Amino acid sequence: MTEKEIFEILKEKFGDSIIEFVEAQAGENYIKVSPLEIDKVCAFLFTDDRLLFDSLINFSGVDDANGEKKVNEDGSFDFIGGTLSVVYHIESLKHLHKLTLAVSVEKDKPDVVSVTDIWAHANWHEREAFDLLGINFLNHPDLRRILMPYDWEGGFPLRKDYKDPEFYRGMKVPY
Amino acid sequence: MVLKTEEMTLNMGPQHPSTHGVLRLELQLDGEFIVDVIPHIGYLHRCFEKHAEFMTYPQVVPYTDRMDYLASMYNEFGYAVAVEKLLGIEVPERVEFIRVIMGELQRIASHLVALGTYGADIGAVTPFLFCFRDREKILSLFEMASGARLLYNYIWVGGVSRDLPPDFLRLAKEFVDYFRPKIKELNDLLSFNKIFIERTANIGILPLDVAVNYGITGPMLRASGMKWDLRKDDPYSVYNKFDFDIPVGDGRMGTVGDSWDRYYVRIIEMEESLKIVEQALNQIPEGDVLSAIPKRIKPPVGQVYGRVENPRGELGYFIVSDGTVNPKRIKVRPPSFVNLAVIGELCKGHMIADVISVLGSIDIVLGEIDR
Repeated sequence: MTEKEIFEILKEKFGDSIIEFVEAQAGENYIKVSPLEIDKVCAFLFTDDRLLFDSLINFSGVDDANGEKKVNEDGSFDFIGGTLSVVYHIESLKHLHKLTLAVSVEKDKPDVVSVTDIWAHANWHEREAFDLLGINFLNHPDLRRILMPYDWEGGFPLRKDYKDPEFYRGMKVPY
Repeated sequence: MVLKTEEMTLNMGPQHPSTHGVLRLELQLDGEFIVDVIPHIGYLHRCFEKHAEFMTYPQVVPYTDRMDYLASMYNEFGYAVAVEKLLGIEVPERVEFIRVIMGELQRIASHLVALGTYGADIGAVTPFLFCFRDREKILSLFEMASGARLLYNYIWVGGVSRDLPPDFLRLAKEFVDYFRPKIKELNDLLSFNKIFIERTANIGILPLDVAVNYGITGPMLRASGMKWDLRKDDPYSVYNKFDFDIPVGDGRMGTVGDSWDRYYVRIIEMEESLKIVEQALNQIPEGDVLSAIPKRIKPPVGQVYGRVENPRGELGYFIVSDGTVNPKRIKVRPPSFVNLAVIGELCKGHMIADVISVLGSIDIVLGEIDR
């Protein structure tokens, strides 16, 4: 089944929760979904006989870097507002079709519903996106830091406006 | 009198010889039986993804080497496939053949480390030395071609850094003839050894539905009985030109998807890789390997997910481009990271000594898990 056909099925079933079908200039197209409905959409994709997306192949958090850029005196910069995105690559091992879904959330309130109940694979990837980008996954069973130290308070390193903290546990960080 | 019982927590690692790197496993124990295993990772986190955002596309290649340092060639291969997909460029056929030869030799080298250290973890030290002796020959071939033994910077976007040296094809053929009987030697020494089978068969059984739900790929998924290999199922490069087979686990010594199956699938995969290398060495065309390398890589705005079958499973690169010379985001889908997540399910109900056996059969590389 092609991406376009799947989009039509989803649009019919979920209406406004399916925001748009984005055709990329380069690379791949994707379907944009509402962040608070993504679990229902994924559950449908997982169970429906025509779709049967039984495998999540990749899961990425992205900082869109689209807020208002404010340059500070020391040359560093901050983004005011803007969005974070989560991109899901899913595949059906039975029907052999692939699909890309994306959600985007405001940086001020980065809440996305977890899909760990559907694909256990998402568990560690969601922890990673939480750890490095600060995306909050609702209903996640175990949302802890994963790659950074558990007591890290220096912010989210993969955000575009991340700045190293001055000290970590009494050690000077910038060198 | 009622004996008092309670669950105990035991830390395995971060400095433990059989965790293959810096990994801490928090074991919840009931006596000597495992109730749960909680992995703690991140000790080698060095921000590959953040670094990559400050590099131009070709500058990222040496960094990819340093993720899965036992399969560096394949990391470069995967990155090149992903960026070429984003740019939409074709590379000369000779380049593709060189990449396949290097990739499959790398798969053999990587599996040799996996199998050798697995034997050593369980107590068989001799096969470990034999495996490293043979891997050394592959590293010498790589050194001849690229100048480096572990971190090659050989496969570039659009080509490879230099053509094969004149003697390479002859020596590679010699290696194929040399190595084929050595697999039988390894089988005699380790695979069908009674003690080894007792330690691995029926240990850490991974049912297929659990494997798919956890996103497990590579030899682990195939050991659970699914014939799934990106070289066949989503062909990239020139893999569709070769005749080879995808081995799956058949539960010969115990149950489908146990540790012995995961071990033995890798043995057969080495034989299949030899087949591919042999065919590629015979068919490799002449050509210029540098002609398709772009002078300046500046992809249009877009995003792409490129994936290849790394020795450990599906290695994916998700690249977002904002139209400049620097990538906006590179997210790596490392196979070891995904495969390690299932260890809790595999160890439940087994004993502490079996954790070593299960962990060895997953074949993790911490450099890739922590990135």
